[in-house]
Amino acid sequence: MQTIKKIFAKISLPHIIIVVFFLSMLAAAAPLGLSVRSLIGDTLRRWAMYGILVLAMVPAIQSGIGPNFGISLGIVGGLLGATVSIEMGLTNPWVAIIVAMLIGATIASVLGILYGLLLNKVKGSEMTVSTYVGFSVIAFMNIMWLSLPFSSGTLIWPLAGMGMRNNISIIDSFGHVFNNLFSFCLLGDKTTGIFVPTGLILVFLAACLAMWLFLRSKTGIAMSAAGENPQFTRAAGISGNKMRIIGTAISTSLGAVGIIVYAQSYGFLQLYNAPLMMGFHSVAAILIGGASTKKATIANVIIGAFLFQGMLAVALPVVNKVLPESNLPDVIRIIISNGIILFALSKSKGG
Amino acid sequence: MPKFRELVGNNKVALLFGLLCIGAIYTAQNPLTFVAAELFTRIGRNGFMVLALLIPVLAGMGLNFGIVIGAIAAQIAVFWTVYWGFTGSEGFLLCLLLSTPIAIFFGWLVGRVFNKMKGAEMIAGLVLGYFADGLYQLFFLYVIGGLIPVHNDRLIISGGIGVKNTIDLAGNLKYSLDNVPMLQIMKIALAVLFLVTLLKAILGVMKKKPPGPRCWIGLGAAPIIYALTYIPALQTFLSSDRLLLLHAVLAALGAVIAWQLWRILYNKILRPKEYSLVRPLVWIGLAAVGFFLTNIRPLEAILLSVRIPVTTYLCIIGLCFFNAALLKTRLGQNMRTVGQSQTVANAAGINVDRTRIIAMIISTLLACWGQLIYLQNIGTFSTYGAHTQVGQYAIAALLVGGASVKKATNKEAVIGVILFHTLFIVAPQAGKELFNNAQLGEYFRVFVAYGVIAVSLAMHAWKRAVSPGPKRIKT
Amino acid sequence: MKDISKEYFGNPVLKNVTLQVKPGEIHALVGENGAGKSTLMNILFGMPVIHGSGGFAGQVEINGAPVTIDAPHKAIDFGIGMVHQDFMLIPGFTVTENIKVGREISCPTLLSQIFSKELETLDLEQMAADARRALREIGLNIEEYVLVAGLPVGYKQFVEIAREIDKTGIKLLVFDEPTAVLTESEAERLLKLMELIAKKGIGIIFITHRLGEVMHYAHSVSILRDGELIMRTAVKDTSMVKIAELMIGRKTEKYVDSVPNQLESVEIALSLQDFHVDMPGEMVRGIDLDIRQGEIFGIGGLAGQGKLGIANGIMGLCRSQGKVFVWGRELNLGRLGAALASGIAFVSEDRRGIGLLLDQSIEHNLVFSAIHVQEEFLINLKLFKLYHRRKARKHALKMIELLDIRCTGPAQKAGSLSGGNQQKVCLARALTLNPKILIVSEPTRGIDIGAKKLVLEYLLELNRQQGMTIIIISSELVELRSLCHRIAIIADGKVAKILQPDAPDAEFGLAMSGS
Repeated sequence: MQTIKKIFAKISLPHIIIVVFFLSMLAAAAPLGLSVRSLIGDTLRRWAMYGILVLAMVPAIQSGIGPNFGISLGIVGGLLGATVSIEMGLTNPWVAIIVAMLIGATIASVLGILYGLLLNKVKGSEMTVSTYVGFSVIAFMNIMWLSLPFSSGTLIWPLAGMGMRNNISIIDSFGHVFNNLFSFCLLGDKTTGIFVPTGLILVFLAACLAMWLFLRSKTGIAMSAAGENPQFTRAAGISGNKMRIIGTAISTSLGAVGIIVYAQSYGFLQLYNAPLMMGFHSVAAILIGGASTKKATIANVIIGAFLFQGMLAVALPVVNKVLPESNLPDVIRIIISNGIILFALSKSKGG
Repeated sequence: MPKFRELVGNNKVALLFGLLCIGAIYTAQNPLTFVAAELFTRIGRNGFMVLALLIPVLAGMGLNFGIVIGAIAAQIAVFWTVYWGFTGSEGFLLCLLLSTPIAIFFGWLVGRVFNKMKGAEMIAGLVLGYFADGLYQLFFLYVIGGLIPVHNDRLIISGGIGVKNTIDLAGNLKYSLDNVPMLQIMKIALAVLFLVTLLKAILGVMKKKPPGPRCWIGLGAAPIIYALTYIPALQTFLSSDRLLLLHAVLAALGAVIAWQLWRILYNKILRPKEYSLVRPLVWIGLAAVGFFLTNIRPLEAILLSVRIPVTTYLCIIGLCFFNAALLKTRLGQNMRTVGQSQTVANAAGINVDRTRIIAMIISTLLACWGQLIYLQNIGTFSTYGAHTQVGQYAIAALLVGGASVKKATNKEAVIGVILFHTLFIVAPQAGKELFNNAQLGEYFRVFVAYGVIAVSLAMHAWKRAVSPGPKRIKT
Repeated sequence: MKDISKEYFGNPVLKNVTLQVKPGEIHALVGENGAGKSTLMNILFGMPVIHGSGGFAGQVEINGAPVTIDAPHKAIDFGIGMVHQDFMLIPGFTVTENIKVGREISCPTLLSQIFSKELETLDLEQMAADARRALREIGLNIEEYVLVAGLPVGYKQFVEIAREIDKTGIKLLVFDEPTAVLTESEAERLLKLMELIAKKGIGIIFITHRLGEVMHYAHSVSILRDGELIMRTAVKDTSMVKIAELMIGRKTEKYVDSVPNQLESVEIALSLQDFHVDMPGEMVRGIDLDIRQGEIFGIGGLAGQGKLGIANGIMGLCRSQGKVFVWGRELNLGRLGAALASGIAFVSEDRRGIGLLLDQSIEHNLVFSAIHVQEEFLINLKLFKLYHRRKARKHALKMIELLDIRCTGPAQKAGSLSGGNQQKVCLARALTLNPKILIVSEPTRGIDIGAKKLVLEYLLELNRQQGMTIIIISSELVELRSLCHRIAIIADGKVAKILQPDAPDAEFGLAMSGS
């Protein structure tokens, strides 16, 4: 009884709105003649493919830097890793994706450490600074995407010979490797059933498990404590700044891995301005999952990613059925994601 | 020499960007007349918006990313004005009338939100801007035509619900402010002067103070100047709405000389007191040099090629004066106090929350008017895009001018607009010349906008982390 | 002020206190920390703290007429001003602007007549003239248009005074420890100025710890102790020793019955040499101390004198200078955690700020330091070390029983415990480290009498049975005197005197006021 009460006390109005919205969309799907099964399949896929990007928020929030709007740094690292991997022309998709992840995570952790050093200097304004650092990095990479000396035909524009494509197809390299691993269809065949991307879900859950273990390791405990009360950890002889850097670096590397997992499921690498607002979406997702700007758990990630992505996966076809060719789901996403961030900000102090 | 170093040190950001601009202009090899013409158009278009940012900075609320909301207020008004079919200056006036209460209301809301998130105003403003954008889209895409019946093929998407992507303002609001002739402005100004003096006199009489000579001069001068405008030569000159840059510069130089002469006259003869003649004479000398400079060929070419919209520029100059005048009032001083230390302000009996809300209302309202000026100049209204980058670019421009999160002045705003937009104009061409890719220049200027904000915010936060400011009082 | 009584949530902090100040009189108000001085001043100024917690009993009278002061601006209207210890000045403003803050002189304009007074323009010349006059009045020779940021500390205090003087009809001025942050010559100048102001017929309440200043400058003095007025007398009728005795003196009811056993060992456990600590508000300015093995050593003194800085400096929480030896081995002060590694454990005075992770369980709080200092309670998986939950839980249950921590279980969040139980958790965490030296800072601050007794008894037991060297830093002299072998009194960041617990009250009082 006590625990149920506690859970109810934690649920706030924005969360209720989102859950009600999600359920009503789901309820509206069947009468509109949409396949509920394919909607659920879609929800599952989007949940797992965005999941790691949401997970990347956990070490950042726990180490005390708050929601990492600058996850774009990690995303850019991941995109670099992926493009290098494609440029190398690796034929085995497994090798290709692992190489991409390794390169991406390496670049991202180096960037993350530098970024962590910066964030240690701007305590109290991490969110504002990280937002604009994220924007700047994307803008800087726009210049880079135009001028980096890549030569693979899949990467660059065919005619001009200069600059990379907006959308790079990765079906030939490592597209869908995780999605198709152990995948099966529930309640029907390929066209009517629920497509379960087992490999993708496993990767996501494995990442969650790894994070869960990390938070219970010696370093993880110290990091969370430093995030909650840096004075306390200092008294135990631990440098809070170092812990913040570790948290930032892990968050950033997870961003790199996350974008690769996302891309392999989507089938395309999106360069240029595509990742600009991804940081906001990840932040919104974990906040929807019940996290605050000070505390986040793995459960927040799993629930948040599911609600946020599920809501979009279901709302898109439903709304399109009612108002064809509209971008109402997009509008709703903007309102909900920024609304929830605003709500979380009003509950905490400092920017 | 240390003074010189200080000068450089205080203006290093502006200097750096100045050099960058010169380099970019040099590489781009655009004709200077083109750059100048473009620049003056853009100053007229964007200057007002940048100046709208100053007051929140003074009130300690940082860079107001929430001015997007002011822009939204303007756009709502523009839509209805166009829909009802008002055009020209009437249309513009209607826009003003419609948007002002909306903007005040929005500003009040934003101020309330910011008071809940003291210390996090900037990130709150940013997110609030996005949030408001979402609501705006919802309103324009679904409510208009969906819930509110609107029938107009030019404005509404063919299905009957939602506003089209772009609204053409040519033929209704385009240049509705730019095209107001000088004569009309002058008439309005004179009428206002007349009425204000009259009102003052009446208020004075009510308080049993007979109107002094200044009052009579004001009342008398207005009709006389008004009569002067009927001299044919003056009338033709004033009935135009654009002013050749050359004339503007000459007028400005003349004004400088006249003002300095008046100062000398006032301080030496009318109210004799200790007054050094060095400063005014230097100013007069500079004005004379300026006059000779206008005769240099390339400069003259530029001056002759640019025509500036007088009314818009007057609005911008007026706003500069407004910002300066506000600082000299009790309200302005309260804002500064609140901006410097909320504890001290509280102890001195200043209502902190109220002062902050007033600052936000003023800023939002000014941003709203700024967006009206922008839209009437650019002539096409991109329904879903016009406001999105407003905050970003205005803030970047202000920072380029050397302002910071804590300090911003009119001068910095104006310099910032000039430098930032020069870079904007020449960057694509420079990119093309340097790398054979105009897109690169395009991306570069976006990077500059984001980058300058990121660096400025980081530097501010860095400084704040090092020196925590005035000590907090124990309770 | 007559018969003022005040309770905070049933806790009486002022009992029938009467305070009288005549025009032109400098009246000193002295007392230990927590004697009720600040509460009394808060009542005088109508601070929201007072009225938010149920008001007060008694009556404030000005010139014989009873008045109600329920908001700070009313106090200002009645001509009561305050010179704050940490300045209420805006560094980015000029002297004029600071003097006139919130009380700017303005002229009406057309807009202000239509809208509100806020739109009146400032009369800068008149403001500057007023500021000049106020500055001249107190004999401060600075230009009124310079920025306060560039002024030396002493001058800032003078600007504050100028601001109060400038207020029209000022009748009573409160100086709250005005000399605490000043150098000797600055302090002297300030006190001279105070006399000057008093000569103009303004009453002055002078709050200070420095009895020397009281003897020299004040006309009369009131001594507060535990919320009671002990004595009001003219300064010339009393002596410094008398005042000191009255400030401290109380029935030395002992919390713990103990006769300090004579120490045989002479081995030095901890030694400080020329030790400086940069802790804001608690600066330590060069201390030499030798603490013997197996000793309970007390460190006392008034708040702000530096006693807290000592512990925070040793533990590396604040920047420090000088030498610290632990059993003869020098401690590397630059390295965070060096003290912990050499067997010193610390229970912080700032329980909620430094001492606890409020949002985490008791269990986590207990084992945290041990995990990181000694790698206890971990499963070593070679690649990384995982939290050993079972072992930690067992230990937590043991500690809860041992120290009688009242809780629903080891999983309860530390933030939801009562003050006394939180203190026990902090103590238990320090003990989990099995320290050789235990430093306990303000062990009984804000906890109830039962818990107080238990904590102190347990400390004594640790010392007696395990021979643990314990350093207790406390503002409560009684506590130190009932427990310690020796007590060092810290004043002005230095050791004023090392006393035996049975030394006379007056000696303690004089040591505390630094004379």
